[in-house]
Amino acid sequence: MKKILKSDNWYLKCGIFITGFILIVILIGQFWTPYDSGYMDGAARLEGPSFAHIFGTDNFGRDILSRVIEGTGTTFLVSFCINLIGLLAGTMIGAAAGYRGGLFDDLLMRICDAITAFPNVMLALVIIAVFGSGDLNIIWVLGILFIPSYARIVRSQFVQQKSCNYVQMAKLMGASPLRIIFVHILPNIYSTLLPAATIGFNNAVLAEASMSFLGVGVSANKPSLGRMLNEAQSFLVGGAPWYAAFVGLAIVLLVMGLSLLGEGLQKEQLRGKK
Amino acid sequence: MFKKTVALFLAVLLTVSLCACGGDRKGDRKTNNEIVVGISQDLGDSLNPYQMTAAGTKEIMTNVYEGLYKVAPSGDFIPAVAEDCIISEDGKVYTFPLRSGVKFHNGKELTVQDVLYSFKTCSDITVDSSLPKIFEGLTVESEGNNIVMKLSAANNDFLAYVSLVYIIPEGYSDQAATQPVGTGPYKFVSRSVQENIVFEKFGDYWGNKASVDKVTCKIYEDASALVAAINAGAIDVTAHLTPDQIAGLDEKKYDFLEDTMNLVQALYLNNARKPFDDVRVRQAICYAIDVDEILDLTANGHGSKLGTSIYPKFTKYFDEDLVDMYPHSVEKAKELLAEAGYPNGFSMSVTVPSNYTPHVNAGQVIVQQLKAAGIDAELKEVEWNSWLTDVYQGRDFDSTVCGFDASTITANALLSRWVSTSGKNMIGFSDPKYDELISKATAETDDAVRTQLYKDAARILAEDAANAYIQDIAEIVAINKDLSGYVFYPLYRIDFSTIHY
Repeated sequence: MKKILKSDNWYLKCGIFITGFILIVILIGQFWTPYDSGYMDGAARLEGPSFAHIFGTDNFGRDILSRVIEGTGTTFLVSFCINLIGLLAGTMIGAAAGYRGGLFDDLLMRICDAITAFPNVMLALVIIAVFGSGDLNIIWVLGILFIPSYARIVRSQFVQQKSCNYVQMAKLMGASPLRIIFVHILPNIYSTLLPAATIGFNNAVLAEASMSFLGVGVSANKPSLGRMLNEAQSFLVGGAPWYAAFVGLAIVLLVMGLSLLGEGLQKEQLRGKK
Repeated sequence: MFKKTVALFLAVLLTVSLCACGGDRKGDRKTNNEIVVGISQDLGDSLNPYQMTAAGTKEIMTNVYEGLYKVAPSGDFIPAVAEDCIISEDGKVYTFPLRSGVKFHNGKELTVQDVLYSFKTCSDITVDSSLPKIFEGLTVESEGNNIVMKLSAANNDFLAYVSLVYIIPEGYSDQAATQPVGTGPYKFVSRSVQENIVFEKFGDYWGNKASVDKVTCKIYEDASALVAAINAGAIDVTAHLTPDQIAGLDEKKYDFLEDTMNLVQALYLNNARKPFDDVRVRQAICYAIDVDEILDLTANGHGSKLGTSIYPKFTKYFDEDLVDMYPHSVEKAKELLAEAGYPNGFSMSVTVPSNYTPHVNAGQVIVQQLKAAGIDAELKEVEWNSWLTDVYQGRDFDSTVCGFDASTITANALLSRWVSTSGKNMIGFSDPKYDELISKATAETDDAVRTQLYKDAARILAEDAANAYIQDIAEIVAINKDLSGYVFYPLYRIDFSTIHY
């Protein structure tokens, strides 16, 4: 921690600060929000920011601040799950393909290429149209679509590491392929994977927000940032421009914090190599 | 550097010229006696009068097409292409003497042959699901200048169906999809898909000629683009705006006329499914829902409360007493639930079609209100197509918020849906008394008796709490202050002919 504070890596410092702040807010939001995020107050529809409602109220008279806090939590959780699926499965596939090589490698990677050829959100829309929307569906659909990007990174690292001396040694000593993959190589590529995961997280946030914005994301029972932005757009011109502004701000902060963090980690990693 | 300057200059020029496009032409339109109508969806692929499906297409094209009879703003049927209608004693023979001197937009004079052709073509190719029933056993013949129709059984709503058979020139059906020709006050000029449709005043119209010379319907599929265009003064008339949309509009430039959408919005309950098969549970839900709060929260208090499957514009059948049959009371709801064996409530889903914002919004409020009464409700948004297949046809739902409109302006169109044998009875409502009343009403020839029968049937729906009725949704027409004469109809229709500067 001290090292980070002292370092001149401003990306990392800002990233940690912003993301940390958001995480704390999300955590507090699990136990306490200024208002019940579902409580509708007919007397206070579309009110501007005030001391009672710092971010104002939405078209149902619900407190926007409370909803933004909870919505950030929802978006964060969904993105986390998406990323977890992508990262775990991507690592497995990438590791297997990279370590094994040959036709097996070609086959897996071409499938990944095929998936990457489509824009994520568009492909997800098609799948959702077939299987129906719902929180779980969004998670697994986007999760699967995030696999190829991780698989590629992991595979290229494995191809590199495979020929390194320590791997050759392990092989000579009779270590099983599984042991080599998990115990020897994986820990060595962790520093590449971490920034990739942060950036992936970032993309997951945007993907979830886009899906919800298009009305096929998280269900309306809980607030989510993309969904709120969708609802806010009808009040953008007349009525309540602050609604969209505050929700948009939350998305920007979340994404910016994560991308600064990713960028910072990458810089740190490059420095380590020097 | 030079390139940059040029690029900047072009950008500025573009912005300025775009702004200019938006603002200044309003005055020109007044001098040219033309108007621009903003519509939120493109017309259907086919403008053939018998193949128009979307309400948004029909509401515009009724300026071009007319039937033997047509709907008046009061909801009555008035003669159009026909001059009169003589009904035989037994109600089975209708004689329509044709109006003389009626001309089609292509200059051709209307004859009985055109009417016979139109009825024949309509019965062959119509896509309106309510029409084929009426053509069964119907014979249409000509007698001199009269059209004589013989029905197999008396039908009191026959004129309503006649008004839906639009008259086109003989042999014209194939061209009508792209070059519609009718006898209405406006003739079709041109259409560019996804952009606009242009109409011109028909100088040889048989009746009161229209006032405005040229009407351009511009399509704005994006709701906020529509509002922005109104604000910029690019549109003179827009119907179907929500109370929230007009909040940001300039009251100095526009008059806002309030109307309702002519549909029955309700929380439709699956009567065939537990626990909604128990009338006490359904009544509890009615008590739990606070309609006034829904109106306040979703439409600034605009909208008309219902109480049953009839909306207020059906003044003849609408019963004011039913509106407040279930005043909001959480205690009563809980009491009834306990009586029905659910002291701790139960869980249910509220399905809403995600593309209809008014239904989604009402659903969100209802979920909160049900929760307050101890019912664990969850909102489930589905896409329109899956709503149609799963909810409407498959009847696989607990409850759903949606709206039903009337295909013709008859009580029958709204009420016969809930007869236990009806294919449209998606809630599985079943009450022998109700079935009997509706079948009696359909056969009854005396208007007063029939009206009472329909009223009684509507009361049963309320007493049985077949559904938790919400409202006929408010909508607002924004019209340029220079214009007047906009007329509301009890069904989807924008009548250009009465609008004038």
